[in-house]
Amino acid sequence: MSDAPATPSAASDLIRPVAPEAARSAWALRLRANSEYVAIPLIAIAVAAALFALFLLAIGKSPADFVSYVWRGGFGTAFSFQNTLQRSSPLILTALAVAIPARIGLIMIGGEGALVLGGFAAAALAIPMIGVLPPLLALTVMAAFAMLVGGFWVGLAGFLRTARGVNETISSLLLTYIGIAIMNFFVEGALRDLSNPNKPSTKPLGDAYMVGKIPGTDVHWGFAAGVLLCVLLYLLLERTTFGFAARVTGGNYRAALAQGLPVGKLIVACSGLAGACAGLAGFFEVAAIQGRANASLAAGYGFTGILVSFLARHNPLVIPPVAILFGGIVASGGLIQRRMGLPDATVQVLEGLIFVVILTSETLYGRFSIFKPPAGRDRT
Amino acid sequence: MSEPHISRRALIRTTALGLAGAAFTAGGLGRAFAAGDLTVGVVYVGARDDFGWNQAHAVAIKALKDVPGVKVVEEENVPETDAVSKSMESMVNLDGAGLILATSFGYYTPFVVDLARKYPDVEFRHAAPLWNKDKDPKNAGSYFGYLNQAHYVNGVAAGLSTKSNKLGFVAAKPIASVLSNINSFLLGARSVNPKATVQVIFTGDWSLPVREAEAANALVDAGADVITCHVDGPKVVIETAEKRGAKSCGHNASQAPLAPKGFVTGAEYKWETIYKGYAADIAAGKTPPNFIAGGYEVDFVRNTPFGAGATPEARKAALAAIEGLKAGKPIYVGPLRDNKGKVAIDKTYGNLDPFLDRMDYLLEGVVGSTT
Amino acid sequence: MNDAVLTVLIAMLGGAIRVSTPFMFVALGECLTEKSGRVNLGLEGTLVLGAMVAYAASYHTGSPWLGVLAAGVAGAALGAMHGAICGLPKVNDVAVGIAMMLFGVGIAFFFGKPYIQPTAPRLDSISLGFWSDSPSLKSALEVNPLFFVGVVIAVALAWALRNTRWGLVVRTVGDSAPAARAMGLSVNLVRFLTTSVGGFLAGAGGAFLSLSYPGSWNQGLSSGQGLMAVALVIFARWSPVRCVYAALLFGAAGALGPSLQSIGITQGYYFFNAAPYILTLVIMIATSSATHSARDMPGELTMAK
Repeated sequence: MSDAPATPSAASDLIRPVAPEAARSAWALRLRANSEYVAIPLIAIAVAAALFALFLLAIGKSPADFVSYVWRGGFGTAFSFQNTLQRSSPLILTALAVAIPARIGLIMIGGEGALVLGGFAAAALAIPMIGVLPPLLALTVMAAFAMLVGGFWVGLAGFLRTARGVNETISSLLLTYIGIAIMNFFVEGALRDLSNPNKPSTKPLGDAYMVGKIPGTDVHWGFAAGVLLCVLLYLLLERTTFGFAARVTGGNYRAALAQGLPVGKLIVACSGLAGACAGLAGFFEVAAIQGRANASLAAGYGFTGILVSFLARHNPLVIPPVAILFGGIVASGGLIQRRMGLPDATVQVLEGLIFVVILTSETLYGRFSIFKPPAGRDRT
Repeated sequence: MSEPHISRRALIRTTALGLAGAAFTAGGLGRAFAAGDLTVGVVYVGARDDFGWNQAHAVAIKALKDVPGVKVVEEENVPETDAVSKSMESMVNLDGAGLILATSFGYYTPFVVDLARKYPDVEFRHAAPLWNKDKDPKNAGSYFGYLNQAHYVNGVAAGLSTKSNKLGFVAAKPIASVLSNINSFLLGARSVNPKATVQVIFTGDWSLPVREAEAANALVDAGADVITCHVDGPKVVIETAEKRGAKSCGHNASQAPLAPKGFVTGAEYKWETIYKGYAADIAAGKTPPNFIAGGYEVDFVRNTPFGAGATPEARKAALAAIEGLKAGKPIYVGPLRDNKGKVAIDKTYGNLDPFLDRMDYLLEGVVGSTT
Repeated sequence: MNDAVLTVLIAMLGGAIRVSTPFMFVALGECLTEKSGRVNLGLEGTLVLGAMVAYAASYHTGSPWLGVLAAGVAGAALGAMHGAICGLPKVNDVAVGIAMMLFGVGIAFFFGKPYIQPTAPRLDSISLGFWSDSPSLKSALEVNPLFFVGVVIAVALAWALRNTRWGLVVRTVGDSAPAARAMGLSVNLVRFLTTSVGGFLAGAGGAFLSLSYPGSWNQGLSSGQGLMAVALVIFARWSPVRCVYAALLFGAAGALGPSLQSIGITQGYYFFNAAPYILTLVIMIATSSATHSARDMPGELTMAK
């Protein structure tokens, strides 16, 4: 988008509907160009698989067995696929927490802290509401509060960036460690439920106040919420003036300042939105899975989300499939341990390989003429 | 039974172990295993070879592998999130597991309980004394070794091996089982050395090697000359104590080789007693009992053979303490105050009394705070 | 009470010396890499792999110094991989770093299983506290040679970056790739070399973890120290000498939690344990300024663009 004139009026041009005829040929061009975005990752995954197969052969294990277990454990049965979807749900939300700030040029890695504090805040707020408010209302308030607290925590990193010039990558990482300490302090102290002596936790929500499963599945509503948010945030980033202004700022900070864009407010807003997504992930961990807040909220989903977002090139619509790929590998990891006698780190090696190769394949974009539009127009 | 207060737990133990092992299986509601076609799924929270909690289980699980027709599938590094729920469910769905052993405290609520409700034909056993006969599913259950008894013996040996009368304890988190180990260690020391105090440092998590080493150093700097710990892998604490010239007591597994000069003794689980019992039940086609828990009196815990750091008096007193525990001599002889001055234990409790499972205080004589 | 204050101060001195070394090595390696205009976030993986390789090599050869060397070589290999991949056009160095972190940790855990239990020969420390009667001060002044190696490297690196042709090349490549190309320099080659050397240093830092302090190999050994050390480079504003200060400060703050508990100040230990993070954040807020934020930042860094 760097070739688009960076003015607010251009933004409104972009969201104006284009003429039908132009749209059709543009659609053909886009299809051709976009097929590149499917073909290259598939090639990359194949290469990574080949490399990993060599690794397995080197340690005397069968790659064919491995593939069949990944399929069976992650995708092949109704149980496995739902297992995969469920595991991908927190990753979708924490990846959004990286993708949105990335659009404005920030590398935020504080999703873990926002998740932990958001989940903790929801569980703490629930304590006086249980049995007083009807479940649906209580859960709505909890979710909103989790998003608010998560949004505040990452928004703080954004604010420090604009107000004091503090590097957001390091401050968001520091805030994560501090957030986990705050949660532990309260969960093991003032808000500890003493009826649960061996796992310091807040008071349980109780079955009536739990978020249920999507009907007909074994997957909780967090998955649906994540996919919905991906679509909404895609529209926000790609189809609104706000999103355009954010992308302009991310593309060229000084130009955005010169255009008179409210850069500081945009940065805080994008950071806040990011934190809200991670906070919502924390809400679902508490209200759909744990039923209480405890140290298990810090399970590393925030860190995994960073990788998911980078692999999805910070595109909200690509986040769900990448998260599902990740969820599938993790879901099948157990079966691989059990059947092949491989240590759990095998899955980490595979993930690392896949991601290194996919990221390396970025260099291939635009190299194959088959994907290029005839007139050689530059897409980016 | 010589306990002044015979508890529900003690009764259960007597029935479960005294009367042919499987007497307390929820009134026979549990499905009987057909011998010869059982898959057992085991979930660990950390690495199976962590030299601590998980390894102690993994080594003992071998007892089950030896039963003909039994297949054991294992999964390690499973966090206490829905990951454990999905791992166990995957064992049931994809491996056809009929018995699941969940070996970490945090697996129980909500994961083991919910899954036991969902799969009433599968037996679930969890390694902590949390199963509640009235509320929890009949196909769930608990097994547990009361390691605090072995820590009491540690305390006796440490109390007679210290010169400064200051003992150090590196602990992960202030949960009941950890607090019980600290308090028992103190009471053991005080039973032979009324001047002994225990200084505790909480690191905040189960495996933080650098902070564990810092904590051990800080304890030695503060004058403690016998160090023990309750963290997942005690290797770092014991080695740091040895390096600093302090004596040490072990935890979870034998750390004796790590401290040739200063090792006193150590508290170890004897999970193999429990798993061998399970194996015998399975071989006989029976469902393992819903609740078994105990300490020295049922051979579920032990102490590491004495090291060079144990004085002759310490050895003698520790062996006597073990005999006492085997006979059911209570550790918590009330009334006892906590270290804020409040009466925490109003009377004498039997060693397996559920009252003690809810411990959330440090006793007078322990320097430290639970928050 | 004075005794108690002294205890804490000695513990913090000891903590600064004991805990800072791996931070120092990783931060110096990353500092060099970033000076050439590239970010390698994967040094957490390098640190963990270095720790494992060092322990394994020391166990098999009986020589801890060979362990340090092996760890450096393993780290350099990961660094070279990162350097080569990121030399390709359009590849994002931050993302590759995160993937390399996963890969490095995975490899270390996979091959590190058999080395959790055995005891390998460790690095000996130098006793600098012989003049003191206090055992705690003596212990605090048990300094590992690697600590001094790190300090020497920091000073040498700072000097070389400022005063040698080689340093000028690295800085030019880091500040403006077009200018470097105009001078006939190979930008990719320079960055490949700085990333490899950075990896070597981070790997050697891992050797300190497993062979000196805390001095054993297990999967929880690092718990994010490599990631934090990369952050410390930003905190140190790309100065090798300030990296040493940052690492010392971080180590001292890390000793605060346990030592306060040891003198009986026990309430709120979660916050004392989080002291390094809180302190770093507070100092960053106090010393940063909205107008001069990128004062010392190499112009080619992804995060500067």
